[in-house]
Amino acid sequence: MNDMSRVERTVDSKDIKIAAKNVQVYYGDTHAIKDVDVEIEDKTVTAFIGPSGCGKSTFLRCLNRMNDTIDICRVKGDILLDGEDIYDKRVDPVQLRAKVGMVFQKPNPFPKSIYDNVAYGPRIHGLAKNKAELDEIVEKSLRRGAIWDEVKDRLDAPGTGLSGGQQQRLCIARAVATAPEVLLMDEPCSALDPIATAQVEELIDELRERYSVVIVTHSMQQAARVSQKTAFFHLGNLVEFGETGQIFTNPVDPRTESYITGRIG
Amino acid sequence: MTDISQTPGAAPTAKPKSGSLFEKDARTKRRNAAESRFKMYGIAAIGIGLLMLIVLVTNIVTAGTGAFQQTYLELDVDLKADKLDKKGNRNIEDIKKVSTFGYAPLIASALESEVAKLGIQTDLSAKDMGKILSKAAQAELRNYVIANPDEIGKTVSFRFLTNSRVDGYMKGRVTRDSIANDKSISVEQLDFVDQLRDAGVLYKAFNPDFILGADASDQRPEAAGIGVSMLGSLFMMFVVLALALPIGVAASIYLEEFAPQNRLTDIIEVNISNLAAVPSIVFGILGLAVFINYMHLPTSAPLVGGLVLTLMTLPTIIISTRASLKAVPPSIRDAALGVGASKMQAVFHHVLPLAAPGILTGTIIGLAQALGETAPLLLIGMVGFIASNPPDGIVAGFLSPNSAMPAQIYEWSKRADPAFYERAWGGIIILLIFLVTMNTIAVILRRRFERRW
Repeated sequence: MNDMSRVERTVDSKDIKIAAKNVQVYYGDTHAIKDVDVEIEDKTVTAFIGPSGCGKSTFLRCLNRMNDTIDICRVKGDILLDGEDIYDKRVDPVQLRAKVGMVFQKPNPFPKSIYDNVAYGPRIHGLAKNKAELDEIVEKSLRRGAIWDEVKDRLDAPGTGLSGGQQQRLCIARAVATAPEVLLMDEPCSALDPIATAQVEELIDELRERYSVVIVTHSMQQAARVSQKTAFFHLGNLVEFGETGQIFTNPVDPRTESYITGRIG
Repeated sequence: MTDISQTPGAAPTAKPKSGSLFEKDARTKRRNAAESRFKMYGIAAIGIGLLMLIVLVTNIVTAGTGAFQQTYLELDVDLKADKLDKKGNRNIEDIKKVSTFGYAPLIASALESEVAKLGIQTDLSAKDMGKILSKAAQAELRNYVIANPDEIGKTVSFRFLTNSRVDGYMKGRVTRDSIANDKSISVEQLDFVDQLRDAGVLYKAFNPDFILGADASDQRPEAAGIGVSMLGSLFMMFVVLALALPIGVAASIYLEEFAPQNRLTDIIEVNISNLAAVPSIVFGILGLAVFINYMHLPTSAPLVGGLVLTLMTLPTIIISTRASLKAVPPSIRDAALGVGASKMQAVFHHVLPLAAPGILTGTIIGLAQALGETAPLLLIGMVGFIASNPPDGIVAGFLSPNSAMPAQIYEWSKRADPAFYERAWGGIIILLIFLVTMNTIAVILRRRFERRW
């Protein structure tokens, strides 16, 4: 497979979905994220790459305030979603997370049926008025998760009984079911085999049509394959942010070049 | 690579440089010896434990099974109308005027006629013959007559309890030698018992009153039962379950899922662990001071016992609930929060159902612990109370004085008559059956609902 083939495609200029300005994150006394400025476009896949512990997952979790669950974590700076500061006092993180869905590193379906896994989000947000509507949402989400054909005959089977790749696609379907505007993916393929990875990557490319997708990945090939924009993090700093093609072929910063060519990381 | 396969079966010529793998070197031998020694210690330790358990169980069973059997004497009693209902109008109030003593002659004459019918030769007076029966026999007869006044004037067949000495003789506890200094029974009476037994009217049979009945006074060990104190324990367990489970689960959910990590919660956590190790008698003192002396709740009541046991059980429930909440993987919470569930929804929809088997197990084990607890009951007056009547109604069950199973057992073990010893052991068997059942339920629940990730 030619990893660079997709890099060539043109990137249209689009609306800014999330704008982060001057973001600082502290874990207790540790300054984990320093001065990050990033603009995430709508209907675009943005990849965060960088060595382990560089803060890319931390930053991702700031985007839907999942870091709120960690007591010692403090976030400073502005993160605007459609121009609204998500760390504003008036914002309820629960409402935010319905808009900004998340897929985790390890597939984590609820130990319930496949149907209930997908239906849970719409149920708690009251997205369906009746059973028929809920059924429709579940089917649509499972189709968007590219798993409908595999599970349509066993929606009552437990979600934990699926294979790893299927579980991850189920989790994507679950995230999609709440009709989010942004999908955050924290190394969604790191627990999957190459075939499942390929399926999920294909799915990510399809999701780009509707959502703004932010993906954290360890695999530079994956970033090159699926993303239009790439941000390179190193030691808590955003070193370089730009179009994927440019980052991988013609990086500006020497640190980016070192990482991409395998000299650091 | 192919060289090796071309010479199959070729003997290795070169000698291994660092000793053969087929011979153990000194260090390996020492290590292996140490390992097998350690295994032996372990097996020995388990063996000792099992041996103790077997000794304990056989001891309890041999000493306690006697309590489930009692010696009875069958008699046909003529319920003479001229003695029981002098006015002849079957008025229940008049019948009640005849005291327990008034029934003694009826039983004595019934025994006399039985002896004559069976052709038993004895030198005993009618009074001495009657002494082989329990003092409870007259009361039993009176209760029957008051309950069935229509039977007056008829001859009714009864199965009376015998005296505890006679019962002991039938069970081998009392012998002709052991009664040398015993004033309550004589060798002649034992001979009489033998004759009755040979005639088939005096025999041992299963005694349901031991399980269902009430405690009896010092004079009548043969009539004592554990049933009423069992009810006392049951009402206490209701109180414990109704209070300890919701309070304990709510406290642990808050501490585990919501509470901020600071010095105050640290202190609370440490103290909950410490409370689990506080001697139970301290909770008894606390109960006495707070519930009885300050709040003026009734003494000896299962309600107070339940409150004290709740205090004692809470730490157990909180610790086990927190452990099972901790065991739910954080990825489940992340998943729920990730789709926009609130923290409470994440806990109640996802974490709690997964932790439920662990919580239930902890609760049942806490209840079992509370069921077997005696010391705190000492101080609130549930020990030493003779539970001679079952509570009438549910409110009375909570508020009227009662005993509890372990307290009853302790009470019996204190009493002078050796016949109570048998009762105490029998009570222990019943208590153990309850505890083993509860623990089995806990294990089954855990197995059944345990989920793995």
